[in-house]
Amino acid sequence: MPLDRRVLLKSLALGGVAATAGAAPAVARGRKVAPPSAMGMLYDATMCIGCKACVVACKQANDMPVDPGPWGESNLYDAPVDLDGKTKNIIKLYREGEKSSYVKQQCMHCIDPACASACMLKALDKDEVTGVVAYDPAYCVGCRYCQLACPFNVPKFEFSKAAPKIVKCELCRHRVKDAAAKDTDGFTRYPKDQGPACCEVCPREAVIYGTRDELLAEAKRRIATFPGRYFEDRVYGEFDAGGTQVLYLAHVPFEKLGLPKVGNEPVSQTAYAVQEGIYYNLPFLAPVGLYAVLAAVAYRNRRAEAVGTGEKEPKS
Amino acid sequence: MKSWDRTDALSKLFEDRGLDRRDFIRICTLAAAAVGLPASVGVRWADAAAKGLKPSVIWLHFQECTGCTESLLRTSHPGLAELVLDLISLDYHETLFAAAGYQAEAALKSAMEANAGKYVCVVEGAIPTKDNGIYCKIGGRTALEMLNEVADRAGAIIALGSCASWGGIPSADPNPTGAKGAPQVLPGKTVVTIPGCPANPYNLLGTVLQYATFGTLPALDDLARPRFAYGRVIHEDCPRRPHFDAGRFVQQFGDEGHRNGWCLYKMGCKGPATHANCSLKNFCEVDGAWPIGTGHPCVGCTEQAILWRMPMHATVDIQRPMPPDTYPPIKAEQGHISAVAAGLAGVVGGALAGAGWMAAKKVGGGSEDKGTGPDKGA
Amino acid sequence: MSAHTDFHAPVGGRLMTRPFMVLLAIAGIGALVAMYRFVNGIGSVSNLSNGYPWGVWIAFDVVIGTAIGCGGYAVGLLVYILNRGKYHPLVRPAVLTSLLGYGLAVIAVVIDLGRYWSLWKVPIFVWRWSHSPQLEVALCVAAYTLVLMIELSPALLEKLRASASSGLRRLAQSGLTFIEKSFVWVLALGLLLPTMHQSSLGTMMLLPGPRMHPLWFTPWLPLLFVVNCIIMGFAVVTLEATFSAVAFRRSRETAMIASLSHVAAWVALGWSVFRVAVVALTGKLGYLASGYGLAFLAEVGLLVVGAAMLLSESRRSQPVWQVRAAILLFLGTALHRVNTYLVAFNPGSNYSYFPAVPELLITFGIVAAEIAIYVAVVKTFPILQGPAPAKASS
Repeated sequence: MPLDRRVLLKSLALGGVAATAGAAPAVARGRKVAPPSAMGMLYDATMCIGCKACVVACKQANDMPVDPGPWGESNLYDAPVDLDGKTKNIIKLYREGEKSSYVKQQCMHCIDPACASACMLKALDKDEVTGVVAYDPAYCVGCRYCQLACPFNVPKFEFSKAAPKIVKCELCRHRVKDAAAKDTDGFTRYPKDQGPACCEVCPREAVIYGTRDELLAEAKRRIATFPGRYFEDRVYGEFDAGGTQVLYLAHVPFEKLGLPKVGNEPVSQTAYAVQEGIYYNLPFLAPVGLYAVLAAVAYRNRRAEAVGTGEKEPKS
Repeated sequence: MKSWDRTDALSKLFEDRGLDRRDFIRICTLAAAAVGLPASVGVRWADAAAKGLKPSVIWLHFQECTGCTESLLRTSHPGLAELVLDLISLDYHETLFAAAGYQAEAALKSAMEANAGKYVCVVEGAIPTKDNGIYCKIGGRTALEMLNEVADRAGAIIALGSCASWGGIPSADPNPTGAKGAPQVLPGKTVVTIPGCPANPYNLLGTVLQYATFGTLPALDDLARPRFAYGRVIHEDCPRRPHFDAGRFVQQFGDEGHRNGWCLYKMGCKGPATHANCSLKNFCEVDGAWPIGTGHPCVGCTEQAILWRMPMHATVDIQRPMPPDTYPPIKAEQGHISAVAAGLAGVVGGALAGAGWMAAKKVGGGSEDKGTGPDKGA
Repeated sequence: MSAHTDFHAPVGGRLMTRPFMVLLAIAGIGALVAMYRFVNGIGSVSNLSNGYPWGVWIAFDVVIGTAIGCGGYAVGLLVYILNRGKYHPLVRPAVLTSLLGYGLAVIAVVIDLGRYWSLWKVPIFVWRWSHSPQLEVALCVAAYTLVLMIELSPALLEKLRASASSGLRRLAQSGLTFIEKSFVWVLALGLLLPTMHQSSLGTMMLLPGPRMHPLWFTPWLPLLFVVNCIIMGFAVVTLEATFSAVAFRRSRETAMIASLSHVAAWVALGWSVFRVAVVALTGKLGYLASGYGLAFLAEVGLLVVGAAMLLSESRRSQPVWQVRAAILLFLGTALHRVNTYLVAFNPGSNYSYFPAVPELLITFGIVAAEIAIYVAVVKTFPILQGPAPAKASS
């Protein structure tokens, strides 16, 4: 009995160390940066009037079906309650007493997207030039791991279909035909009808698009020009979740608008530190090493057993 | 305000019809406003009429039901129909003519010669083209011949009604006569189309009077329909639109929603895809005298792709949707827990664990049993 | 050290007993619901939503199902690495249970995947591989299922070796010889692969990051999952060996199970201590005063109580306590996995999830199929330990 325990504990310790070699140092991956011509959007909640023209424009540009929402007994033509398999962009209302604000929700096009980190065959992948997180259903198995990963709850799944896909904003990349060029107001824009439909239709320019650097500069300019107007005098998405290409300005707490406190680390940081620490940092050393150890021990034990009992053939 | 008393001919005209000048001016300005022309235009009409300068109109009838003519006649407050006929010179109209036969044909010929290049040719009804167009013959000539001849020297050609605009009901499948609209039979010529079944008479009135007053045609869309009447779809100006936006739909003819005048979209209203101004200008000069106003969904009578092609009560796509006036909350409740499922899971899980726990007792016995009796177990 | 009567024999007997037919019926209902799911979409049979994209099929059928299939792994470690040959008779039935656990987990995956027809691309499209922890799990589970089939093939080959056809006999013998020669390499793979993917199952739930509750969000999750599956492996082997012996009127291996339980008890205690230590040393003890804290205490408590039962020598040599402790250990380890995959994951207060009835029916069907196939195979193939034959048959 005591022998059992000692051997057991020793081997457990060995096995544990071998299995998680590298997890303790948890090597942090190099922090990703946005590509130089990363395209993004800037949404200013203080300017949004909630007209929802962007919701309609998105549906038309992406050929989405209408979604009569669950609004009790009523039969509204297209009234989604949230992003879903038929809605890539939505306006929601936050109201608490006298305070209220609209918020536009869609994919944040993170600099280090958790959804792409989750995807096995890179069906969700970040474009190297524009930084748009694109979806290719050819490589999607519908495992929905991306839905678990995204801290903003963005990718939606067509649960009601027999041949479902993941649905999310892709910054209208299917409309782009020509190169983007600097516009008269200083932002890099595509020709008409090639940029994100929501930005092109907004009557108040509450949501605009351009390169991330231009939008960040514009957001900071607004904060500097109107001190006290914007919450915490900061741009949400500058560093949040490792930085996103869709930036937000608001006059109410970001959390109230459904923009969570996620810190400045990419969401996948810990998981990848562990996974890459075990498997990829010293490429496959841990598994190969463990295999060698196991094979060696098993071999030695069988030899000893065969010799010890005098049997010619060790059993299987 | 000019005095008309000095013009004897016009006074006599009005006396005969029981109208005084005030009525006349009111009706003229109303007519002008109805077609989007300034009130001063109405004054010019009266002026021209008094001088006897009336534009010549030659009105051809082919494969039609005469509904468009009837619709025009129903614009009568006392005397308006006659006034219209007095503001223009209706030189050929088979329905309204007292004359017939050779006299009528002679009138047509002389009118064409006297006003060559200036007369307005109004076409009512479709033109059969199969078998050289023998399916409609007037006075021994096919509609095809007649139209080509009259249109040749017309100053303006107006196709009134869906039949003349794109073929209408005679062109419904299988279209045995090869019925077509006037624009398809007159390629290369500008043919103003005023579709509708029947067409809204004010649309014709406005077009003809604009031509008569200014010598120009109103702005046309890519199907040659006047934009002032066909630039928007019914859905955009429908009085029942608030019901659509709020999701109040008629589900069945005669139900409570129907009695309350709710939106007819689900009953197959083609309003969202039909270009027309019926919702703004009702028929027969009676408020509410139009299909939706009487409680029946629009059938899309101006549109070739809809009328006689789409089932009357099939729903149509919304072409230019607008969002509803409701806002989802930041966090909408989703998902629920079914009591049945919870019960089922609890019962099965608990039963298995409990059964295992109790069965453990039966397993008890302690010593190893080396016997291998006949198998009766599971 | 080695058992003397190391001879396997089919249990034999009638297959279509009443309990067996009940199992088939439950499995059949599950299959019908699964067919409905393939025609009408996942939403038509489940309460999975965009907030909770993973539910009982993943948390139970895959994550717990593969852990149930870690009996072969756990016993294999004991027998071949720690050289405890006395547990040898437990190996083959444990490998069968493992193969069933993993095979049915694969079926559950196919049912759960929305675009299952693209699954073949995962091992083939090497140039598109990412560093996703789930990719590692997928490739590893597939490989391990193949390895299990190889490890179990002697059962089939031994049966064929007694066949009437001489060709089959020769084929079976050469197969057995080949497996015997490559045994160590296959075995080592069969011990490496579960280590890899069970730990990655833990790593997988690190990805949601801020949406995971701090009591479960720790970089030690991979280690916790590996040891957790070893404990569950021991528990499952205990339950399976005991109930098989009773059901098929075989000799019970009470003494062997007693020592196995002893090992399991210490591993379970070690795991529990480690678990609480990690929480305490990272300053998260404050979270225990909440609903989540209750779930945490339950998963640790069940293991501690189960282990405590097995610490006394007299109790652990009684089958009744072996079984009860095994049930507690099983529940505790299963609860840890369900907690990690469903309870600790928080997509937002507006989302809620509980499996729908059809969803549960598929799960029940999969479990019933597993038991039914186990019974059928054990009766037909030499899996369980049998009596020494009067005459050696060849």
